[in-house]
Amino acid sequence: MTGTWISTRAWLLMLPLLVVMTAVIGWPLVDTVRLSFTDAKLVGTEGGFVGTANYIKMLGGSNFQRALVTTTWFAVISVAAEMVLGVLAALLLNQQFRGRTALRALMILPWALPTVVNATLWRLIYNPEYGALNAALTQLGLLDSYRSWLGEPGTALAALIVADCWKNFPLVALIALAALQAVPRDITAASLVDGAGPFNRFRFVIMPYLAGPLLVALVLRTIEAFKVFDIVWVMTRGGPANSTRTLSILVYQEAFSFQRAGSGASLALIVTLLVTILAAAYAALLRKAAGAS
Amino acid sequence: MLKSTRNALIGATLMGAGFAGHAQAETTLNALFMAQAAYSEADVRAMTDSFAKANPDIKVNLEFVPYEGLHDKTVLAQGSGGGYDVVLFDVIWPAEYATNNVLLDVTDRITDEMNKGVLPGAWTTVEYDGKRYGMPWILDTKYLFYNKEILEKAGFTEPPKTWEELAEQAKTIKDKGLLESPIAWSWSQAEAAICDYTTLVSAYGGKFLDGGKPAFTAGGGLDALNYMVTSYTSGLTNPNSKEFLEEDVRKVFQNGEAAFALNWTYMYNLANDPKESKVAGKVGVVPAPGAAGKSEVSAVNGSMGLGITTTSKHPEEAWKYIVHMTSQETQNAYAKLSLPIWASSYEDPEVTKGQEELIAAAKRGLAAMYPRPTTPKYQELSTALQQAIQEALLGQTSAEDALKSAAENSGL
Repeated sequence: MTGTWISTRAWLLMLPLLVVMTAVIGWPLVDTVRLSFTDAKLVGTEGGFVGTANYIKMLGGSNFQRALVTTTWFAVISVAAEMVLGVLAALLLNQQFRGRTALRALMILPWALPTVVNATLWRLIYNPEYGALNAALTQLGLLDSYRSWLGEPGTALAALIVADCWKNFPLVALIALAALQAVPRDITAASLVDGAGPFNRFRFVIMPYLAGPLLVALVLRTIEAFKVFDIVWVMTRGGPANSTRTLSILVYQEAFSFQRAGSGASLALIVTLLVTILAAAYAALLRKAAGAS
Repeated sequence: MLKSTRNALIGATLMGAGFAGHAQAETTLNALFMAQAAYSEADVRAMTDSFAKANPDIKVNLEFVPYEGLHDKTVLAQGSGGGYDVVLFDVIWPAEYATNNVLLDVTDRITDEMNKGVLPGAWTTVEYDGKRYGMPWILDTKYLFYNKEILEKAGFTEPPKTWEELAEQAKTIKDKGLLESPIAWSWSQAEAAICDYTTLVSAYGGKFLDGGKPAFTAGGGLDALNYMVTSYTSGLTNPNSKEFLEEDVRKVFQNGEAAFALNWTYMYNLANDPKESKVAGKVGVVPAPGAAGKSEVSAVNGSMGLGITTTSKHPEEAWKYIVHMTSQETQNAYAKLSLPIWASSYEDPEVTKGQEELIAAAKRGLAAMYPRPTTPKYQELSTALQQAIQEALLGQTSAEDALKSAAENSGL
């Protein structure tokens, strides 16, 4: 009896949230699914039912396949680099040294900047005529002449990845640092007495504490990297020659620039599905990791 | 009985309140403009302030977005039930906006005086299918800017008359070691690249569409892209052009790092301003060249207009505002930034003073303005062409193949 009362009360307490969630997520999602089976335009016509035609057209197009490859490269490399940099930065900031607090505050800065500001800054850095990167590399003798970093398909995606890492590794560092603070001092002290080297100490003493939080960071960053839009839009708009056109840019062009709400919706749902599968795979990993520890 | 009387009274009171309120009501208009150098945000605010002084009962809220966001913002607002009363639109959008019912047809609002006074070529900016969807506001085409000092040093007394001649002059400048890459263009993957391409298409007598189907894969359309590729691979064109927008071109030219640059009207007075530019006083401007045996000059229609959205609840006030913004008085006052749409302004010493060279170029250039294709699917066609231009420049494919895939991807 009390059990049912408690669960009823729990549901009652959650009701306002459920109503809001249904309104702002559930309903638009249902409507997007409905749209994806029509040939609706963004303005004007309602559009008629066209079955799975949008999905077949989108999945079969070379644009989608190319954007999927571009997005995967972007996500894999930038997330991997952010994880490594984040952990290294956290280990460094976990040491006792003067000015540590100031450095921690500084490190959060790139992450606190709006993406558009960050992207604009990096565009200046990469500028082919007066950019800081060209100036620095030329003065160091690593470059004979200024290069067009965002104008070459070979370097544009790499340039975007660097800008994205710069903005997002502080988040990983922050999560890792919080985890490091939880490592009991007596354990690290004991491992020192037992003569464990730095690598072994990291592997067997620190890593068990880091693994869980890092997996959370990994999930967050992968999903975000897979949906990347703003940094690309500001820096290259998908160019040069579409070498940086990610899935989100493709969705945007289809739905808004070309105003095909129907096929745009189907493309958006395909991307959502991909991200959901990724998230589910990670969740399974997380559970396994939790079980192991 | 009593109840109905009471209701009638309440109704009357409310109606009275309504009318009384209406007499002093402020109409608020929302207008969408673009953030740019010619007619800057401050200029548009100043023009709007003078409108507000004359019309105290109308308040205008201004919003500015970069050109790259103008189309999508307009369409998105419309898709979500409106938001703007007045929008700035590019010459390439009336077809799509008319088809999707974004802009009001204002053909009947245009007076005889406007019809007679505005340059005939300017009207094409706002027309689709025989109807007019606004007033032309920014009259613009791309001109050939040249650095007089560099041309002199290279031994040329006259700027080039044809694109071939331009390439020869640029080669001499390069060979003499005056500049590494003398020509600057805006070939970033954006609409800017299409404007440069269209200028060349107009020189080589090309056609974008024929009977609604792509016709740029051969003839003038192909010649134009081949010219771009040759200019790029031979090193006469600044290699960074493929990530430049107009403002980048201006910076390069103002630093004296380009002998030739293709750009809009606005660059003339800025590049001649000693505070802004290292080449002030050395800036020459002529219409973009023609092609030997095909044309005298070349030009793209890069004009923009102001229109009323179909969702606007105040079309009358919106039209009043547009009339003010496009009036000869307003246009003449800001003629140093953007040339007026009114024919008689070109004879007005107030307008021409200090920019005689630009006016002379405008008289020929504006008359030769070539339109980008008029189709509701323009955005798709443009995106496909942008990709083709970049692929050809980067040598990923031949100009011909690039244009063929653009035709396939154009949705036409």
